[in-house]
Amino acid sequence: MIALALPAQDSGSFTPPGIDEMHLPAILPWGAHDGFSKQMLLVILSVVIIATFFILAARKQQLVPGKLQFAGEMAYGFVRNSIAKDIIGGKDFIKYVPLLFSLFFFILVNNIYGAIPVIQLPSFSHVGGAYVLAGIVYFTWIIIGIKKNGLKYFKLATVPSGVPWYILPIVVPIEIISNFLVRPVTHSLRLFATMLAGHLIVMLAGSGIEYLVMQENVLLKGTSVLVLVGAIAMYMLEALIMALQAYVFTLLTAIYIEGALHADSH
Amino acid sequence: MNQLIISAATEGEEAANPLVPNVWEMGVVLVGFAVLLYIVIKFIVPMFEKTFAERAEAIEGGIAKAEAAQAEASAALEEYKQQLTDARAEANRIREEARAEGAQILADLKAKAAAESARITEQAHAAIESERQAAVVSLRSEVGTLATTLAGRIVGEALTDDQRAARVVDRFLADLETQSAGAAK
Repeated sequence: MIALALPAQDSGSFTPPGIDEMHLPAILPWGAHDGFSKQMLLVILSVVIIATFFILAARKQQLVPGKLQFAGEMAYGFVRNSIAKDIIGGKDFIKYVPLLFSLFFFILVNNIYGAIPVIQLPSFSHVGGAYVLAGIVYFTWIIIGIKKNGLKYFKLATVPSGVPWYILPIVVPIEIISNFLVRPVTHSLRLFATMLAGHLIVMLAGSGIEYLVMQENVLLKGTSVLVLVGAIAMYMLEALIMALQAYVFTLLTAIYIEGALHADSH
Repeated sequence: MNQLIISAATEGEEAANPLVPNVWEMGVVLVGFAVLLYIVIKFIVPMFEKTFAERAEAIEGGIAKAEAAQAEASAALEEYKQQLTDARAEANRIREEARAEGAQILADLKAKAAAESARITEQAHAAIESERQAAVVSLRSEVGTLATTLAGRIVGEALTDDQRAARVVDRFLADLETQSAGAAK
């Protein structure tokens, strides 16, 4: 960091990329401030990629699968068994597999964009998409809870059983805040913030390398290698986080649905 | 480091709040996700579930078939063993019967042979007895006449007195018989 800060005093200041750099000019109309953005294109592309891959993989329906079918079944079976079946369980879990499956691969593909050169833009580094998905999940589990338990669901979800009555005035507001207010916010911001931070680090490393390479001092030029090594390590970490966040988001969705289904036993 | 923070802060004053979403982007994500969810519900999940179900059925069907074949094989083995046991018992029974029958036949034959031999012996005894009687009768008359004649010639005295002659002959014969009986002993 000293290497970054020192040259700023003599040869023009280093301006790190900020939040504004996250908002690229639109594609249609080209360069406009508002309009059809790269993000929107990538989101639509992700739908096409996921649908095409899985329809191709599932189309043949052979009992002994080929390579493509096997890959598709592995991916589908992961969400179906490791998330839906293990968390929700019972006979009903299959009803929620489509939502969980769509969420996982929608988020995964849109995150992995950030690790692919040239594209290099995770869609959820803009907060809008994360709000939408978390909102869908929020209303889904509330509706499931009401369908399953009636309006008593809100009592079940906010009044924990086995708590002495004199503590309830403290516990109930906490439960209301944590379950109905904070939960959707953390659900969406967790995804958005990790993607934004990852993208910022990539941009920071990129512009830092560029700035150092432009220096006239050979030794300073050389330090750009250190930044490059650090950037590669961060890139690996980001790729891991991208997959992990898709998993975490889907896992939390499954946990919320399970909580709504079995509100009476919690 | 300070420089960094200051420059970042000055930039940040004009920066848009990252938590305020772009409505159009939200719309695209909403529609895109809805389309994806529709495709997943309508096509992808049913296709995969159908394959899974078929595969499970194929495996379970195979197991059931194998179990049926095994049951059939063990039933056949049981039947075969049963038949073998029956056949052995049958053979034993037949052998026993044959042995008993053979013994019976042998005993019959032995009895018959014994009876036959007894009958033949009896006949022979009877024949010998009658021969002997005949011989005794003829001998008695012939020997008497001959002896009387011979004795008359030797003695010179006519032994015409029948009573006396008969008495002499009888006495002689009785002596003879006691002698031969003593010799036989």
